[in-house]
Amino acid sequence: MRVALMVTCINDALYPGTGQAVVRLLRRLGVKVDFPAAQTCCAQPMVNTGYLDEAVPVVRTFVDAFSGYDAIVTPSGSCAGSARHQHGLVARRSGDPGLERAVAEVSPRVYELSEFLVDVLGVTDVGAYFPHTVTYHPTCHSLRMLGVGDRPRLLLESVRGLTLLDLPGADQCCGFGGTFAVKNADTSVAMGTDKVRHVQETGAEVLVAGDNSCLTHIGGLMSRQRAGVRTVHLAEILASTEGAVLGVPTTAGARR
Amino acid sequence: MSGTFVGMPVFPTAAREALGNAQLRHNLAHATGTIRGKRSRLVEEVTDSITGDSGWEDLRLAGAGVKEAALLGLERELLRLEETLTANGATVHWAQDAAEANRIVTGIARRHGVDEVVKVKSMVTQEIGLNEALAAEGIAAWETDLAELIVQLGDDLPSHILVPAIHRNRAEVREIFLRAMKEVGRPAPEDLTDEPAVLAAAAREHLREKFLRAKVGVSGANFAVAETGTLVVVESEGNGRMCLTLPEVLVSVVGIEKVVSQWEDLDPLLRLLPRSSTGERMNPYTSTWSGVTPGDGPQEVHVVLLDNGRTNALADRTGRQALRCIRCSACLNVCPVYERTGGHAYGSVYPGPIGAILNPLLKGIGTDEQVDSLPYASSLCGACFEACPVRIDIPSVLVDQRAQVVDARRGHGVKSLGSGHAAEAIAFKGAAVALSDARKLGFGERFTRVGLGAARRLGSLPVLSKWAGARDLPPAPPESFRSWWERTDGGRSEGEGR
Amino acid sequence: MTAREQILARVRSALADVTDVPAAPPAPRRTPVEDVVGHFAERVADYRAAVVRSTPEDLAAAVAAAVPAGASVVVPAGLGVDVPGATVDDGSLTAADLDGIDVVVTEAVVGIAETGTIVLDHGPGQGRRAITLVPDTHVCIVTVDQVVLDVPDAVGLLTASVRQGRPLTWISGPSATSDIELSRVEGVHGPRNLHVIVVGPATGA
Repeated sequence: MRVALMVTCINDALYPGTGQAVVRLLRRLGVKVDFPAAQTCCAQPMVNTGYLDEAVPVVRTFVDAFSGYDAIVTPSGSCAGSARHQHGLVARRSGDPGLERAVAEVSPRVYELSEFLVDVLGVTDVGAYFPHTVTYHPTCHSLRMLGVGDRPRLLLESVRGLTLLDLPGADQCCGFGGTFAVKNADTSVAMGTDKVRHVQETGAEVLVAGDNSCLTHIGGLMSRQRAGVRTVHLAEILASTEGAVLGVPTTAGARR
Repeated sequence: MSGTFVGMPVFPTAAREALGNAQLRHNLAHATGTIRGKRSRLVEEVTDSITGDSGWEDLRLAGAGVKEAALLGLERELLRLEETLTANGATVHWAQDAAEANRIVTGIARRHGVDEVVKVKSMVTQEIGLNEALAAEGIAAWETDLAELIVQLGDDLPSHILVPAIHRNRAEVREIFLRAMKEVGRPAPEDLTDEPAVLAAAAREHLREKFLRAKVGVSGANFAVAETGTLVVVESEGNGRMCLTLPEVLVSVVGIEKVVSQWEDLDPLLRLLPRSSTGERMNPYTSTWSGVTPGDGPQEVHVVLLDNGRTNALADRTGRQALRCIRCSACLNVCPVYERTGGHAYGSVYPGPIGAILNPLLKGIGTDEQVDSLPYASSLCGACFEACPVRIDIPSVLVDQRAQVVDARRGHGVKSLGSGHAAEAIAFKGAAVALSDARKLGFGERFTRVGLGAARRLGSLPVLSKWAGARDLPPAPPESFRSWWERTDGGRSEGEGR
Repeated sequence: MTAREQILARVRSALADVTDVPAAPPAPRRTPVEDVVGHFAERVADYRAAVVRSTPEDLAAAVAAAVPAGASVVVPAGLGVDVPGATVDDGSLTAADLDGIDVVVTEAVVGIAETGTIVLDHGPGQGRRAITLVPDTHVCIVTVDQVVLDVPDAVGLLTASVRQGRPLTWISGPSATSDIELSRVEGVHGPRNLHVIVVGPATGA
């Protein structure tokens, strides 16, 4: 099976540790993973803001980078959702039947990390160790656009040393929403503040999610409010072992 | 559309004001939280009571199916509805817009020489501003639904489809009743408390004299059955039954999208609607009538079939699904944006997620900044689609409408755009170039710079200071993922994954 | 062009891309329950309506028990049970007259177990709509053979009434509102008291 890592633009630029964790995790599970260097972005920021013409070349770059792989794995529910549910729309807009065919070929092979682990590899215990209390925020696109369901929970429950606490109002959006956070900043912050309150109510040390975009928003609020809770991407917890626990920086709230 | 919301600011501005109102946020969180809990229990019950795990989903598919079929065959269904209504003794009128509909209704009221009408809660008559049109002719329109009464007596605007006074708590309702009831009829009792049951009893006493003397009733309809010429009103309090039964004359204003093909089509809809709206297995009262019933109820029955932008919506291939809406308001109750901003911020009688798509569909995109701001009033979290009993994919329509907003501006020179739109357009055009070829750009670290540059251009808007004002951005890492991959041969030189 | 012609032309043009209209998938049915009448009684009671069971022989007594002492009563023509002292509606009572009457006793045409709903088609024994609306107490008689499991069964049974042009009133509990803080309160404009008598042969035990 030829497997490609779609690291996502935000992870590439801001959270390389998440991409490194996916690589480490997949290798540990015996998966040979490629990183196609031509990849850039899933085009979701353009699509969701209404710039469909601008999304066309980005989607073209995406399918060029990832065609030929059996599975494209990404540590992002949002970007996986974009590839699976929006690339077709962009391709139709382009009026290029070749792009439509390429998208039809590539987009169904895009998997969010927990889907790939549970559905394709058939594992829930990935041999991870993470000795912290954790609460899990199901990001909206992983929850509703992809329907990852309880896969992240199954994975987390199998992590040794980890205590998983229920997050009140877990299925409520954190308020990030891409350019929503800029265009409707006040509402976005109000939603995020409620999310932070719920996270604090759990008493967990760590907030985990499958999307660094949402974690940037929530973590940014928690950092500002000195909430004392760290944000860690699911991949980094699953990649952690007794030899190396990832995603636990020294400064509360900040992420590396 | 209704004049009540004229001059509303764009959504982010209106939202900011609403967010500053702690009482409003408390009222909304309490009310929507209550209804969400009731609804989800009943949805699970349906799934459990129908074999397999897809009971509710299958019911949604059936409900969406009957509405979609009627919409796609709308010309035939409307002609059939007109024929059956007429055969049943009703008079059918057609209205292209609000003004025409208002002329028809006021004309009927004037012909009967009345100076008042009683009204069933109806979204469509709010949409067309019927009360204001009647008032201009010296005819008082008494709202008889409790929440509408609260809004009317409080000289307020509705903020929710089902519960227009959802933004008011019991103490506020008491004050409004004490202050305003005496101006328009029977006063509230002096010892009025803020118990909901006591407040409801005061409304009963206040409205009863109006019900008993009214000559003309005005309603909308939840559904109109083409096959049998039957209108349906779904309600809880009995005010609907009063208005539909006691007056001599009944005028119903019905949007053309309310038609369903046949009587049996009501089955999935009558199972979906109450569970999705009030979180009940069935609403207390559902009334159906087919024109005039000799010796029972109004003996003069009018039906006004209204377009008012619905054919615009129908012409939008992605957006037309919004016409399936049965006005249950489940999307409002689950929407995290609505829960925090309330309904007024949407600037229309149709607030919340459905309002965010319906207003642009009815009014058109590219002419009004306020309307164009609505498709962006969503984080695209998808909770609305999940809750919608007729499976309106609101997020997809929102995204499509955002593209329509951007496209409508493409025709204009950058100078004619507001500075915010211009900065955004430039940022996305730049990003499109940057992101279409990793090598040409020399991607790597430079992406960070490009990304932050784009963010800063967006940040020339005052709003980005809001981001930075409330949130810390993460520190930039020493190297990007792709640099690490190149430098370490995919981590192998660091001993990864041997 | 008239408004009618304009609207129809706009509909036609808006749907020019539509080539075929797919039929709606059938709505799913609730799985049967063993005791449909018991389920009905339970669900009606859920709405805080009073529910009693009665045999046909005891019906008059059950009705009398549901009517408070000294209350004025109106009944429709054709009611299958004698209510002593009741006014039989002949269509001449005004809304104001009805407002002075305490209780109405009627029959129904269908009972829906799953939703605890009674449906009137305002035929003989049920009367015109106003009489079951204005008085504050509605005593409604439903026979066990009228009780169906769920909404689709009821919609099917009611087709004939609707095709005959009859109005319908579906009643699920007493008048109620959720308009203040979305908390349900019983009793607004419709009858504040709903009393359902389920009539059937005595069951075992």
